[in-house]
Amino acid sequence: MASNRKIKMVLAKPGLDGHDRGAKLLARIFAEAGMEVVYTGLRQTPEMIVETALQEDADVIGLSSLSGVHNYFFPRIVEVMKEKGLTDVLVVGGGIIPTEDVPFLKQSGIAEIFGPGTPTNDIVDFIRGNARQRD
Amino acid sequence: MAPDYAKEVLEGSPRAVARLISWLEDEDERAYPCMEALHPHTGKAYIIGITGSPGAGKSTLTDKVTFAFRQRGLTVGIVAIDPSSPFTGGAVLGDRIRMSRFSVDPGVYIRSMATRGFLGGLARATGDVVRVLDAFGKDVIIIETVGVGQDEVDVIRIADATCLVLVPGLGDAIQSMKAGVMEIADVFAINKADRPGADQLAAEVVSRIELDNQFKPKEWMPPVVKTIAVEDQGVDALMAAFDAHREYLESSGKFIERRKERVREETLRMIHDELFRVIRDALVSNGRLDGLVHEIMEHKRNPYAIMRETVSRWLRASCER
Repeated sequence: MASNRKIKMVLAKPGLDGHDRGAKLLARIFAEAGMEVVYTGLRQTPEMIVETALQEDADVIGLSSLSGVHNYFFPRIVEVMKEKGLTDVLVVGGGIIPTEDVPFLKQSGIAEIFGPGTPTNDIVDFIRGNARQRD
Repeated sequence: MAPDYAKEVLEGSPRAVARLISWLEDEDERAYPCMEALHPHTGKAYIIGITGSPGAGKSTLTDKVTFAFRQRGLTVGIVAIDPSSPFTGGAVLGDRIRMSRFSVDPGVYIRSMATRGFLGGLARATGDVVRVLDAFGKDVIIIETVGVGQDEVDVIRIADATCLVLVPGLGDAIQSMKAGVMEIADVFAINKADRPGADQLAAEVVSRIELDNQFKPKEWMPPVVKTIAVEDQGVDALMAAFDAHREYLESSGKFIERRKERVREETLRMIHDELFRVIRDALVSNGRLDGLVHEIMEHKRNPYAIMRETVSRWLRASCER
């Protein structure tokens, strides 16, 4: 089989959230870890994020939210993914997310939530361990 | 059983397009039969290359040009290429940021690609990806190269029209005299034309084109268009330049001539790549290459003789088969 396979990630900022220092830093960190990272930029709707992941054949969608909209946007993105048939794509989230929201988000199909202070190696390891094996 | 992506691409499945492109990027052999099946459906799209230095405004211009084609009712495929790290193999692909408005437009398909060590301003699979989008039915395909320096000119081997995006402030008139990237443009865009030095840059480029024409008369004089992409200025003129160039290509017969030349080069390159792959895999898998390297390092044998011997042995072996 091909040895050129790389983990492809779409990193997105859903909703009205103007701060992307963290997302940009993570883009660099994932690229340093050998992944190909498509950064969508700010203010993305769930439909835009899912369509981007579809066209880019992403293995992973990373969502960053600092504005408190995660309980609406994150589950909505998983919903749109299901409609589009993207059932084998890993979704992870991060940003300012209260711990009491985490169980609901995980129940909604977000594989893991990484809060502030998470060692970046942990995020990279989680993605490597859980991203789909391409057929 | 492998999914029949070729059939799904022709039926209009964006997911199949995405998967097939990944196979092509990964040099997965399962892509070959799909590409064979798609070949009769290729050759219809008009292919534009947009190239220029990093930060010149290629992505923003790609966005504006795409919008203009959409206004004409045409569908667009975009292949946007960014560099891979030579150290980690990873990449940050940021071209889509400028094209967000097309994310949910079913008439536009955007694919970001990393170079994965391929030089020349493109990713290795770019030509194949263009063919997939062509077969998928996109009317226009825009290739946005990586930010180029002086010598990354591979885009002309794929595009029907190549637009070189220049910006003021990157050097004096000597830069516009040099060989390489300055020679490949069918259309020049002087972007960020509100910045100091834009008029002078445009004049230098025009003078180079005129001088080139004195040395060797040109049938096509590349237009030089000033643009301020973020403010939507000059985009109409740029579109008019593309239209005029296409008209020239078609009326002069160059359209077919250039495509014929391209098929010729590409067929040779494909044979070369496949031959290389077969011999390399055989040499590496049986450990023979390590032995040869050792002998060369010890000066027991030299690489020139080994090269001739290896190739002639392979040719003999395949003749006997």
